[in-house]
Amino acid sequence: MTATQQIITIIMVVLGTMTTRFLPFILFPANKATPVFIQSLGKVLPSAALGLLVIYCLKDINLLAGNHGIPELIAAAFVVILHVYKRNMLLSIAGGTFLYMVLISVFF
Amino acid sequence: MFNVKQKSAFKAAFPYTLPILTGFLFLGIAYGIYMTSLGFSPIFPILMSLFIFAGSMEFVTANLLLSGFNPIGAFLLTLMVNARHLFYGLSMLDKYQAAGKVSPYLIFGMCDESFSINVSTPVPPDVSAGDFYFFITLLNHLYWVTGATIGALFGSMLPFYPQGLDFVMTALLIVIFLEQWLKEDDHQSALIGMGLTLISLLFFGSNRFVIPAMIAILLVLIPLSHQKEGLKE
Repeated sequence: MTATQQIITIIMVVLGTMTTRFLPFILFPANKATPVFIQSLGKVLPSAALGLLVIYCLKDINLLAGNHGIPELIAAAFVVILHVYKRNMLLSIAGGTFLYMVLISVFF
Repeated sequence: MFNVKQKSAFKAAFPYTLPILTGFLFLGIAYGIYMTSLGFSPIFPILMSLFIFAGSMEFVTANLLLSGFNPIGAFLLTLMVNARHLFYGLSMLDKYQAAGKVSPYLIFGMCDESFSINVSTPVPPDVSAGDFYFFITLLNHLYWVTGATIGALFGSMLPFYPQGLDFVMTALLIVIFLEQWLKEDDHQSALIGMGLTLISLLFFGSNRFVIPAMIAILLVLIPLSHQKEGLKE
């Protein structure tokens, strides 16, 4: 690719990303009434989107090969337990990440 | 530069971004190193982190730049990789539209992490929601660009590479999901989102599960949310 072609490719990626971010706002602008079913959907969608995102983060775990995702699953479980007990966001994240780093360097 | 009200919004927002400071600096540095190791000038990762600001897609773009020129293909691939952002927009319609003149920037900078924090965090009562969203988005953006810049310019000088630090992003999203879960009485939507995505991942594999998962979620949630609204009236 020439430099110009590279710049065009990057611009296309920027446009693609912006399309996915701006499209809902362009389809349902503030000055027009948003259809009722989109409003209802908007109320329940956040929890579903966060659920999707959790799985998205763990998507590259391979349960059948390598370390079978054991460090990820143990560290993720630890984050959940720590957070339910202490309810301290930074502590849960730091604790889980530290445990994960220890697990992959020592055991797997 | 900022007035008193904005300063209080900054103070409220900053602690929520600390995990992302760690994660984005680390991943950004990794990205900068990766790009320069492929032979790109440091200006590439710096500008791409600034303007694309979508982590996984930036790694994909590195590969696109090394293959044949195909602008339409690049555009379509980006739509697929980033399709999940459509859900974020639909979830943030009211909140971001009410944010005033920073609204376009909030939408531009709506990465996974900024969305997750802004959708789930109760804004303190003495703080303007728009200012709070703005600082969350801006700080995260700055961390990412700073990381990529450090990696691109100084990556070769770094003494070591902390293995596994990227788990900080997974831990963050688990905690945000959990907070949302503990806050709501009805877990149906969370379970639907997680369950259908998991099924889709097992069925379609890690490269192409997001869009089928989104379609399945919409097919279940649209009638369900409609029904719930009906019950309330």
